[in-house]
Amino acid sequence: MAAGEVAVGRSVDMAALAAQADTFPKLLLKNALERGQRPASREKDLGIWQSWTWDEVLDEIRALSCGLHDLGLKRGEKLAIIGDNRPQLYWSMVAAQAIGAVPVPVYQDSVAKEMQFVLEHAETRFAVVDGQEQVDKLLEVKERCPKLEQIIYRWPRGMRHYKQPFLHSMADIQERGRAFAADNPDFFLDEIAKGKGSDIAIILYTSGTTGVPKGVVLSADNCVVTARNSVELEGLTEKEEVLAYLPMAWVGDNIFSIGQSYVAGFCVSCPESGATVMQDLREIGPSYFFAPPRVFENLLTTVMIRMEDAGWVKRKMFGFFMNLARRVGTRILDGERVAPWDRLLYALGGVLVYGPLKNTLGFSRIRLAYTAGEAIGPDIFDFFRALGLNIKQLYGSTEASVFITIQPNGEIKPDTVGVAVTGVELKIAENGEVMFRSPGVFLEYFKNPEATSETKTPDGWVHTGDAGVIGEDGHLKIIDRAKDVGKLDDGTIFAPKYIENKLKFFPAIKEAVAFGSAREFAAAMISIDLEAVGNWAERRGLAYGSYQDLAAKPEVYALIEDNVRQVNRDLADDPHLAGSQIHRFVLLHKELDPDDGELTRTRKVRRRFVGEKYDRIISALYSGADHVDIEAQVTFEDGRTGTIKADLVIRDVETAPAPAAGEAVAAVAAE
Amino acid sequence: MPKDTSANQTLLHVDNISLSFGGVRAIRDVSFEIKTGEIRAIIGPNGAGKTSMLNCINGFYHPQEGTITYRGQTRKQMRPHDAAAQGIARTFQNVALFKGMSTLDNLMTGRILKMKGSFLLEALYLGPARKQELEHRAFVEGIIDFLEIEDIRRTPVGRLPYGLQKRVELGRALAAEPTLLLLDEPMAGMNVEEKEDMSRFIIDVNEEFSTTIALIEHDMGVVMDISDRVIVLDHGEKIADGTPDQVRDNQAVIEAYLGVSHD
Repeated sequence: MAAGEVAVGRSVDMAALAAQADTFPKLLLKNALERGQRPASREKDLGIWQSWTWDEVLDEIRALSCGLHDLGLKRGEKLAIIGDNRPQLYWSMVAAQAIGAVPVPVYQDSVAKEMQFVLEHAETRFAVVDGQEQVDKLLEVKERCPKLEQIIYRWPRGMRHYKQPFLHSMADIQERGRAFAADNPDFFLDEIAKGKGSDIAIILYTSGTTGVPKGVVLSADNCVVTARNSVELEGLTEKEEVLAYLPMAWVGDNIFSIGQSYVAGFCVSCPESGATVMQDLREIGPSYFFAPPRVFENLLTTVMIRMEDAGWVKRKMFGFFMNLARRVGTRILDGERVAPWDRLLYALGGVLVYGPLKNTLGFSRIRLAYTAGEAIGPDIFDFFRALGLNIKQLYGSTEASVFITIQPNGEIKPDTVGVAVTGVELKIAENGEVMFRSPGVFLEYFKNPEATSETKTPDGWVHTGDAGVIGEDGHLKIIDRAKDVGKLDDGTIFAPKYIENKLKFFPAIKEAVAFGSAREFAAAMISIDLEAVGNWAERRGLAYGSYQDLAAKPEVYALIEDNVRQVNRDLADDPHLAGSQIHRFVLLHKELDPDDGELTRTRKVRRRFVGEKYDRIISALYSGADHVDIEAQVTFEDGRTGTIKADLVIRDVETAPAPAAGEAVAAVAAE
Repeated sequence: MPKDTSANQTLLHVDNISLSFGGVRAIRDVSFEIKTGEIRAIIGPNGAGKTSMLNCINGFYHPQEGTITYRGQTRKQMRPHDAAAQGIARTFQNVALFKGMSTLDNLMTGRILKMKGSFLLEALYLGPARKQELEHRAFVEGIIDFLEIEDIRRTPVGRLPYGLQKRVELGRALAAEPTLLLLDEPMAGMNVEEKEDMSRFIIDVNEEFSTTIALIEHDMGVVMDISDRVIVLDHGEKIADGTPDQVRDNQAVIEAYLGVSHD
């Protein structure tokens, strides 16, 4: 067929398809029709932000779709996507969906073994990867993944010696696709027309705090409807600016960077590299931003360290205005009444401190920011809200296509995760577990009906595995993982995560693991934060040679002991938890690390694994010994392993007396 | 893996070079050639004359005897700026960057020989000067991308860790678009990971930009892995010259360099 016949005999009307808007490929058509000239994707390359309009993105995706089809990718087959956030990788997902294939994004920093599991389990025939690093990993596991046939790489750097016939550059595939589209002008739209909302849109493997990862199957409806509900709830428009920097294999990134972007039509920017995120953030100045608590925590730590190094005047000014902000900032943000004088001072602070600070952090234009994943420290949360940033906590899961609850504007409480979002029903099961039902509820775990039936009831309710309570105001409060909530020997409730979070809110503590279930008392393993404690040590002229050396210093032990005592005092205030105060703790000789299997890729503690690995330390904590020798295996970034030997000191901590019931009442009465 | 460059043209020919500092004879009657497109390593124990040899090649030292033929031109003496103008760039054993300037600015200084135009136009950032600046910046950004140093683009190099400074120095040498790149201990003081990165960059420079490379290195493992041919110097004399395998098995090298043989 000649190229001139392209327009003739078009069987499908693009506008009609776009109007259905029930899959991402159709939303792509819609965006191209409605805002073809507005930017859709942006990436910093060679120091310059490069943009693609929706029209251009449509063209790129069409070329990819046709190229993948020409290479043999068929409807229903799986396509692995591995790499850092890149526009081309996002396009690959929609390109696969356009021809009915299912994208399976894989965490890009997985070691080869983990990658192999997902590729094998998902039966991926094709893989689209960023570059040489990922190609190498795939070549390492390819023999054990017999289904994997074709690998497409975006970036040809370093690939000149790879002669394998199954390796293709994305540019070549797109060229094939363009030639194919010229010969088959109706193909692309015909394929999109075959797609419908109930189709599988994506399979996302959960990082799995326990056991092997599970493939969560989400339909196009799941993703599109949840995205649309959240866009309407928060009033997101095509004018939002976002930076996509969280792993593409994480459900949140999928819903934010594809879901909401395609529904609202806003542009998604990708950072230049993983290391430049903070600079890129500043240049892009997002209006809508998601970050796990850890990111906000790191930002606050950086600000505080930099302020300690600042001159006297700046330090005083910062101190004065931050105190003011803590007092009135959140109230102004929540629309409460504030004295005019304070308002005026706050405005002055905006010019002198808050504005410049927000600008440095890249937060000048933020209208809406979310945090989720774990509890955020009240200090951190208040700090950013006091600056006038509308940070809100949300609660969600992969099985829900993210959103379950969001804190509504003006109803922000540090210890809750907000109320159920549009379309979500919420209830607490008898054992205290939070359950939900929503349009975002996943179809199934891929090839794992057993796990599916364990998690999802026949009438669509999903077990979250989290223990929580719903307050009278409808706000949900999460306490811990339902299965992690245990009891001490004397019957006191022991919620390890709750204690760990309290510990981790101190800047000196990076990670903590609490033990106590079916034990006499609660004890904790703590790893210090090298940056914060290192800085603290420098200020005191305390010399140290390594992480291990620093963590073993008596001064550092004393610092942490103070923190633990503070946590004990907090726990003592709550009659239910007063019995679970920490009696003994140990400082670990290394940071907990996903490469050693101690954390998940999203940096949550793998409790059982840690318990087994550090068995010796735990027995020592409960044997009364004052130190413990250990030898632990570590995995280096290049995959090799080594062992570290250490002699760790165990410290006893005094516990605070629990207020007797009578005293507590008296105290309340006295107020 | 060493590639076969025996059929390639000779880029640089060193003929019977001898160099003395007063009574100290740093180099004695050394000859070798570097072929276009190869990675040529110069190894030897401390004080063997390796750095002196590089200094002769880029015109920093002037050997008392012998000649150097570069791209068919034989010369007895050359100044460093002549060498630079003819496409020879180098890095130093002890990093020699402008510590107070950013990575980007340091790399831009590598473009200086490619810049033309008048002082006045440059100062006012007018017309051709502006166009030229943009072209050079684009070239330098390519190097930043190549060496994966985007995140330190604006950081003063004095604040960077040593391994990264070495990388920036390589970048500045590359900014001069050299035909022959001289690297003086590019991996000294680096950890294993940094060495692996640097090895990869050196091989990539050689293969993607077809740059001929002469390097001095102490780490035998690295030398044997990445170079096509190796010259061994000891007390200023050449004691071996060949592929890594030939050199490894050479008895004189084992005795001079490694001391004892570990069979």
